[in-house]
Amino acid sequence: MTLVVAHTRRSYRSYAAPMVGLGSFIAFVLLVEVLIRIGALNRFIIPAPSEIIASFGRLFLEENIVQRFIFTAAECIAAGVMVTVCGVTIGVVMQRFSLLQRACETWVAAFASAPLVLAYPLFMVIFGRNAWTIIMMGFFSALPPVILKTIEGISGTRKVLVNVGRSFNLTGTQQFWKILFPAALPTIFVGVRLGLIFALINIVGTEFLINFGGLGQLINDLAERYDLAGTYAAICFVILVSVLFFIVLEKAERWLRPVD
Amino acid sequence: MALAQASADAILVADDIFVQFNTPEGPITAVDNVSFKVRPSEFFSVIGPSGCGKSTLFNVIGGLLGQHQGVVSVGGETISGPHKSIGMVFQEESTFPWRTVVDNVAFPLELVGMPKGKRAERARHFIRMVGLDGFENRYPGELSGGMRQRVSLARTLASEPKILLMDEPFAALDEQTRLLLGDKVLQIQQQLKQTTLLITHNITEAVQMSDRILVMTYRPGKVKRIVDIDLPRPRTSEIVSSEAFGRYVAQIWNDLREEANRGMRDEEKHMLNQDERTA
Repeated sequence: MTLVVAHTRRSYRSYAAPMVGLGSFIAFVLLVEVLIRIGALNRFIIPAPSEIIASFGRLFLEENIVQRFIFTAAECIAAGVMVTVCGVTIGVVMQRFSLLQRACETWVAAFASAPLVLAYPLFMVIFGRNAWTIIMMGFFSALPPVILKTIEGISGTRKVLVNVGRSFNLTGTQQFWKILFPAALPTIFVGVRLGLIFALINIVGTEFLINFGGLGQLINDLAERYDLAGTYAAICFVILVSVLFFIVLEKAERWLRPVD
Repeated sequence: MALAQASADAILVADDIFVQFNTPEGPITAVDNVSFKVRPSEFFSVIGPSGCGKSTLFNVIGGLLGQHQGVVSVGGETISGPHKSIGMVFQEESTFPWRTVVDNVAFPLELVGMPKGKRAERARHFIRMVGLDGFENRYPGELSGGMRQRVSLARTLASEPKILLMDEPFAALDEQTRLLLGDKVLQIQQQLKQTTLLITHNITEAVQMSDRILVMTYRPGKVKRIVDIDLPRPRTSEIVSSEAFGRYVAQIWNDLREEANRGMRDEEKHMLNQDERTA
C-alpha cells in the first residue's frame, strides 16, 4: 500500500514540472488573446494567437514551408559537417602546439562573442547572393565553441589516463586516438551542439537579411507583405524547429556517450 | 659491478634512486638514495607516511618520471622509461569510461595487434580471474569503485607483465572492500606467481600480502628498514586475526610512528608559514 502511494507520488512529481510549464505557456497565450480582444494590445503590432494558429495551414499550403525547411536544414547540415571537421581539427592542432594555443585562444574566444551577422555584406561580396554565403555565415559563427571545447576536452583529460597510456608504451599517435580523443569526446560534443545551435540562428538570420533561401527568407517575405499573423506563425515554426533540433542533438549526445 | 651481481638473483633492482624537485620554497629531496631488489615471484611492499616519496618512487620505477638519479633495471636491463615488463596499477580510478569492461581489459592486447575474437577471449579469462564475470559488457560508470579497480588490475594483468607495480590501488576503498580485494590480489599473485611491488601507506594491507616490506622515512624518503614477513602461504584476510600478524603490524608501526609524527609536524609548520605569508 505504502509502495503504491510512493509510486503515485513519484509519477505525480515527474509529470508536475512539464504540466506546470505547459499550463503557464497556455495561460500566457490566453492572456495575450484576451488583452488583444479587449484592445489593451494593438492587434496591428501583435496579432492574436488564434490568428497565428490559423495561419499555420496557409504556411504549408501556400508558402511551401516544408521545402523551405528542407533548404534551411540542408544549409545547417553543410555548415554542421564543415564546422565539426574544421573546428575539431583546428582545436586539436591548437591544443597540440601550446604556442599556437597561447597565441590564438583569446582571439577565438573574442571571436565567439562578436556579432558576426553584421559581416554579412562582406560574405556576400566574397560568395555572392547564394546558399554559400549563408552556409559560411553559419560555419564561422559555429567555429569558436567547437574549437574552444575541443581544446578544453583534450586538455582536461585526466592525467592518470595519460599515464596509463604511457605505462603501455603508446606512441604519440596511439596516445591521441586511443586516449586523448575518446576522453575529450563528451566535451567536444558539447561544443558541436553549441556550434550547431549558433549555426542555425545565424543561417536563419542571414536568410532573412539577404532575402534568400529557406525559413529566414519566408519570414522576410511575410513581413514585407505585412502579413503579421503569417510572420509570427513562421517565427513560431522556426522556434519549434530549433527546440526539436536541440532535443535531437541532446538525444544523439546521450546515445553516443556511454555511462560516465 | 654491484648492480650486475644484484641483478643475478633479482628481477627488479632499484639502485641509489635520488629525486629532487624544485619548488618556489627551494629544492625538495623527495627520494634519497633508495636501493632495493625484488626477487622473482616475490610480493614486495614499500610503506611510509604521507609525503615520504612513495608515489615518486612508483613513477621512477614505472618510467614515468625522467628527472632522477640512480638506476632501475629489470632482469638486468637498465630501463629509462616505461617498460613492457612492468605493468602499472594506479591509485586513481584509471579505467577508460568509453570502453566496456571487456574492451578495457582487452586494451593491451589490442595494442599488440591480437585478433578481435582472440583478445576478447583472453580478456574474459582475466575478467574471470578478478571475479567480474557477468560484467563484461558494462561500462565503468555502471560499476562500484572496487569493481573498477579490479578492471584496472585485469587490464594490467592482460599485458602479462613480469612485474606488477601497484600504487595504493585500494586507497579510495572502504576497509572491508580493501580486505576482500587484498584477498583477490593475493590469490592472483599466488596463482600466477606474479612478482609484485606494492606501494602503500596501509600497514595491515602490506603485512597481509607481502613477503618483504621496505619501510621509508618521512621526507627525504630513505630506506629505514626492510622487514621480512614470515607468515604462512597461501594467505587470506583471515591472517589479520593471528598473533604473528599483530606482532608484524606493531613492529612496523613502531618504525613508522616517529616518521608519521615528523610528517604531521612538518605539515603543520608548513601551513603556519603559509598563513604568515598570506597575513
